[in-house]
Amino acid sequence: MYKEILKLKHITKKYPGVTALDDVSLSFREGEIHAIAGENGAGKSTFIKTITGAIYPTSGEIYFEDRLLKTNSPEISMQQGIAAIYQEFNLFPSLSVAENIFYGRYPKKNGTIDYNEMLKRTSRIMEELGIDIAADTLVKNLSVGYQQLVEIAKSVSKETKLLIMDEPSAPLTENEVKHLFRIIKNLKKKRVTIIYISHRLEEIFQICDRVSIFRDGKYIKTLNVKETNVDELIRIMVNRNLGEQYPPKNYSKGEKVLEIRNLNTSLLKDINIEAYRGEILGLAGLVGAGRTETVRALFGAEKVDSGDFYLWGKRLKIKSPQDAIKYGIGLIPEDRKKQGLLLKLPVRYNISFANFQGIKGKLGLDLRKDYEISQKYIASLAIKTPSSEQAAGQLSGGNQQKVVLAKWLFKNSDILIFDEPTRGIDVGAKQEIYKLMVDLVERGKVLIMISSDMSELIGMSDRIIIMHEGKITGNLKKEDFTQEKILSFASGVIEMGEETLE
Amino acid sequence: MKKRIDLSRFGVFIAWIVLIIIFSVGNPAFLKRSNIFTILRQTSIVGVCSVGMTFVILTGGMDLSVGSIIGVGCVAGALMMSNGIPIPIAIIIVLIIGLVAGAFNGFFINELGIAPIIMTLGTMTTLRGIAYLLCNGFAVYGIPESYKIIGQGYVGLIPVPVIIMLICFMIGWFILNKTSFGREIYGIGGNVEAARLSGVNVKFVIYKVYMFAGLLNALAGLILMARVNSGQPSSGEGYEMDVITGCVLGGVSISGGEGNILGVLIGVLMMGTLANGMVLLDISEFWQKFVKGIVLILAVSLDKIVQRSKQRAAEK
Repeated sequence: MYKEILKLKHITKKYPGVTALDDVSLSFREGEIHAIAGENGAGKSTFIKTITGAIYPTSGEIYFEDRLLKTNSPEISMQQGIAAIYQEFNLFPSLSVAENIFYGRYPKKNGTIDYNEMLKRTSRIMEELGIDIAADTLVKNLSVGYQQLVEIAKSVSKETKLLIMDEPSAPLTENEVKHLFRIIKNLKKKRVTIIYISHRLEEIFQICDRVSIFRDGKYIKTLNVKETNVDELIRIMVNRNLGEQYPPKNYSKGEKVLEIRNLNTSLLKDINIEAYRGEILGLAGLVGAGRTETVRALFGAEKVDSGDFYLWGKRLKIKSPQDAIKYGIGLIPEDRKKQGLLLKLPVRYNISFANFQGIKGKLGLDLRKDYEISQKYIASLAIKTPSSEQAAGQLSGGNQQKVVLAKWLFKNSDILIFDEPTRGIDVGAKQEIYKLMVDLVERGKVLIMISSDMSELIGMSDRIIIMHEGKITGNLKKEDFTQEKILSFASGVIEMGEETLE
Repeated sequence: MKKRIDLSRFGVFIAWIVLIIIFSVGNPAFLKRSNIFTILRQTSIVGVCSVGMTFVILTGGMDLSVGSIIGVGCVAGALMMSNGIPIPIAIIIVLIIGLVAGAFNGFFINELGIAPIIMTLGTMTTLRGIAYLLCNGFAVYGIPESYKIIGQGYVGLIPVPVIIMLICFMIGWFILNKTSFGREIYGIGGNVEAARLSGVNVKFVIYKVYMFAGLLNALAGLILMARVNSGQPSSGEGYEMDVITGCVLGGVSISGGEGNILGVLIGVLMMGTLANGMVLLDISEFWQKFVKGIVLILAVSLDKIVQRSKQRAAEK
């Protein structure tokens, strides 16, 4: 018989006009890795927040270790041994790794903080977890991937019985994910129960024992991971047959449109990239390999030491994003909330924001035209929003991404750079984005896509350029795509000779 | 959720009406036409400045140099006019001084990344010093009679400064709602990075915003000079307080990116009403200061509460 550590009975959470959780009953076994799957809006986040006490359910009961939690708050749940790692980090950027891990419970000696002890203990935790970070590094100097690991170390350092991980792998690269999984398996050995949420369904099959599926605020069912597969999971999640995950596409390499020649920045060394009409060019690599820096340099958002950009054989002068945009380049950035959208402003404002010329009237902007344009793109990209006046921040991830895309389509950009186009977007919306991308390529746009999601990279790209530590290490044609090849180029194990590069 | 937010915006308007009722009951003279025009005339200077301030705050910035630019404008204008420089030329030079002061603010904020509130705190003191230095601390008299019309004249029934204020508000409304410059201002206040990556020349917009604010502050100085018929080096002192309060009362979010100019008009009218009414009710100057401060705190609190409830709605 399994020992059940956490039991939820008839949990309902109502917001005005919306039922976020509808009579959910579910229990978790001690020492299991239990995945929660569901599309965005299925109620996963609300469910998690109910457990941690961040929100209080409208009705229902929570039992932890057979005790009824009469009241709950993040503080109470933490004392019970429940910890959560959210998509957004709760770290202090200007404090060191050790200070972050021991924040609020610093080891003391003679009434003052014992820094040596703290550093020593931190190093020990890091060693146990196999994380290679110095204890006195400031968190702000770490990459997103490493910050995530610090976050995990922080919760592990406490007496945690139940650890909730909400999209822990989203900002991580393939290698870092492997690392994360090792850590998770270690925790499982220590009988820690883990609730794991991820949009990357294949991860569930790699490490989880059971998976519970939510749909539209309702709990549907729990399956043993060994007895199911991705297709079944997706089918239950969306309750419709999704068919092929990646839309079919006719690959027809057209003329060379864009060329990056001998690009050097403080990070990048001698980058040469060519992009053709009719193809999706994938950029692969680990975090810090320089993929984002490359496209940002092309977009005029990064300082360039030397190198040239050519469009249709003509040399471009790109000093700022304005210049790049003028030449028809559009960037759909990695972090759409911080870099892509004006969250507080209406969808309408966001769509026309890069092309005021396009809504110019006789005297100032033509607001009617502005409105019509936004309606047009909301319809053609199937953006789900109550109206064009809705603040962009209120939309779901997939729809936000479509708004960013609409901005460049209205600007009529020919070269579209997608940096992690589907990060944090649910399965259904992902497919819509993929379809849009294929549609754009077939209409003659040039697409460059950075992705850390291996299956997306392989499924969508026609050609993949792989980077490692600021250099291009590989260039693969579609027929040569394998996960192993890409990974070995990305980790710098092998490198293509110059002669085979092009 | 949405309804509650709208209500709180509406709240400023209701508060203003309530204030008017209280004052008119307290002193029947309050509702006289002459007094209403007095309120409007008193409001006009703060009103003109608040248009510029709205632009600044919408970008997420702050401008404390309002009163000091008024002071420099007043003294410089009075000096030139009393020394026989033709009025139009003096006016243009004063306006240029405002533009330059704004550009000065913009330069340090843009090029060195100094926090706007600190930078303009610096110029606030510096420019006040310049105002005193220009006239050695003595008020400048001898402004031509014909100039008084800007501060004291009427077009039909309506005082000239009120007309100037309304024109400023109309221009402000037009820029914010009907031009790309306006959209860029909202964009920068909402998300600088996203604005930059959408092709907005952020620095240029910030320069324009502070220069526009400087220009309007200098214009306010010209009106004040005509009203008091002299160049007082201390003129405009503390106006930034009323201007900022008016903006925040009118619903402009201190964190930038949100607010509209019509709300600001109500906000400054409320501040004007409050000041005038307290005088009529014979409330001491000490208490007046006290009340104004409280109003600012209330307005900012309201802003925070609205932000929070919005955030909560977004989180859901």
